[in-house]
Amino acid sequence: MTNLQLKRVVVTGLGVISPLGNNLETYWEGLLSGKSGIGPITLFDAENQACKIAGEVKGFEVNDYINRKEAKRMDRFAQFAVAASKQAIADAGLSINELNSEQIGVAIGTGIGGLLVLETQHEVCLTKGPSRCSPFMVPMMIANMAAAQVAIQLGVTGPNLCPVTACAAGTHGIGDALRMIQRGYVKAMICGGAEAAITPLAVAGFSAAKALSLRNDQPTKASRPFDRDRDGFVMGEGSGILILEELEQALARGAKIYAEVIGYGLSCDAYHLTAPAPEGRGATRSMELALKDAGIKPEQVDYINAHGTSTQANDINETKAIKKTFGAHAYKLAISSTKSMTGHLLGGSGGIEAIATVMSVYQDKIHATINLDNLDPECDLDYVPRVSREQKVEIALSNSFGFGGNNATLIFKKY
Amino acid sequence: MNEEIFARVKKVVVEKLEVEEEQVKLEADFANDLGADSLDLVELIMALEEEFEIEVSDEVAEQLDTVGKVVEHISKEKEPVS
Repeated sequence: MTNLQLKRVVVTGLGVISPLGNNLETYWEGLLSGKSGIGPITLFDAENQACKIAGEVKGFEVNDYINRKEAKRMDRFAQFAVAASKQAIADAGLSINELNSEQIGVAIGTGIGGLLVLETQHEVCLTKGPSRCSPFMVPMMIANMAAAQVAIQLGVTGPNLCPVTACAAGTHGIGDALRMIQRGYVKAMICGGAEAAITPLAVAGFSAAKALSLRNDQPTKASRPFDRDRDGFVMGEGSGILILEELEQALARGAKIYAEVIGYGLSCDAYHLTAPAPEGRGATRSMELALKDAGIKPEQVDYINAHGTSTQANDINETKAIKKTFGAHAYKLAISSTKSMTGHLLGGSGGIEAIATVMSVYQDKIHATINLDNLDPECDLDYVPRVSREQKVEIALSNSFGFGGNNATLIFKKY
Repeated sequence: MNEEIFARVKKVVVEKLEVEEEQVKLEADFANDLGADSLDLVELIMALEEEFEIEVSDEVAEQLDTVGKVVEHISKEKEPVS
C-alpha cells in the first residue's frame, strides 16, 4: 500500500445555462436580485396538463456553441452541457491540447437524459412504424451523452462519467470529479449536471407523483421553499458546469481561483422510492460525512445552499437534518434555496447550485430564498427570506437529495 | 439523368447533411466529400424513402455511395411500368 497524499482541488471556471440567464453573470445577478425564472410552459402545449408552469431556458442560441450539424445530433440536455462546459473552460482560461487532454476528464450527471428525443421518436415509431426510427435516437437519448459530447467537443480524453442519481446527479458529478483529482488520476475535471426534461411525459409523470406545484396562475410565486403555503416543486432545465483543478496546476498557470473544494459526503436512505427518510436521517449522514471529509467542525460553516425544493416533505426533513447536524449552530447559519428562483433542474440542480455556493464563498454574498412570505412553523431557521445579503462566507455547503433516497453534500472554502 | 429527381435529392441531402447546395454534385461521395458518417447515411436513406415513397433495401443502400448513384437508383425505381 502506498501512503496516498490527497491533492488539493480548487474551482477555476464556471459556466451556466439556466432559467435566469445563459451565462454566469446574468445567472448570479438574477439570483442576487431575487428574480424568478418561472413562467408558463412554452416548450409544448401544456393545456391538458395539471401543471402548466416551469423554469424554461430562454433565448438559448445553440449555434453560438455548436455547429448546426453537430447540434442536431444532440438532445437539448447535451446541448446545454456542451454550452456550459465551453463557457467554463473559457472562464478557466484552460487550453486543451495534445499534451494535457488525457489529464482532463468529464463527470456530468443527469436525472433522466435525452427524454425529448425519446418521446418524439417513440411517437414516430408508433405512427410511422419501427423502420422510421431515427438512427440518432439512441446516441441522443442515453444519459451519458452530455458527458460524451463535452469530451468530443472539447477533445478531452480523460475519464468520462455520468452519475444518474436523480436530483443528486449534478452534485455526485462534482463529488466524483473531486475524488478523481484528489487521488491524482487527472489534473482537471469538467463537472456538474444537465437536464432538459420539460416534456409532456415528464411533466405528466411528476404531476402524477404529486410532486409539482399547481400554482399555475402565479408562476413566479409557485416555487416557495420553506414557506407554509408551498405546494410542490417547479420543474426547471439547464446546466451548471464547474472546472475543478488540482491546486498546484492552477497556481502554476496563474489561474483565477473561485474557491477550494474541501468535502464530499454521500449516503442513501434505503427507505422509499420518493419520500425522504424520517427525521432527515439520510441527509444528516450526508452532511456529517462531508464535514468529516473536510476535517472541519460544524460551527465553521457559514452558509448552506439547501436542496430546498418547495415540497412539503423535503423542506421539513432538510430542516430537521440541518438541526441534527449543526445543533445550536443551525440557528446561526444562513440557508437559502436557489430553486425558489430557478425551479428544480433535477440532475442539473447540483451543478447550478454548486455554482451559487462557490460564488457566495468568492464574493461574500448570499442570495435570498424568494417567496418566503410566511415560514412553515416546522421550518424555523434563517433561510435568508426575500432579500439577498452581504455576509462573510468562509465555508459553505451545498445539499442535493434525490428520488431513490440519494443524498449528496459538497463543501467549499474560501481560498 | 432526371433533373427533377436530382433537385429533390439535392434538397434532402442539403437538409440532412447540413452542406451547401453547390457541394451536392452528381459525383460527390457522401462520406468523403459531404462528411457523412454511417448514422447520417441511414438517416439520409430514410429521408429519401419518405420523399420518394420507395423502399431501399440495406443491400442496395450500401452501394449508393454517391449522389449520382442515388439519383440513378431513384430514377429507375420511379420509371413508369410499361
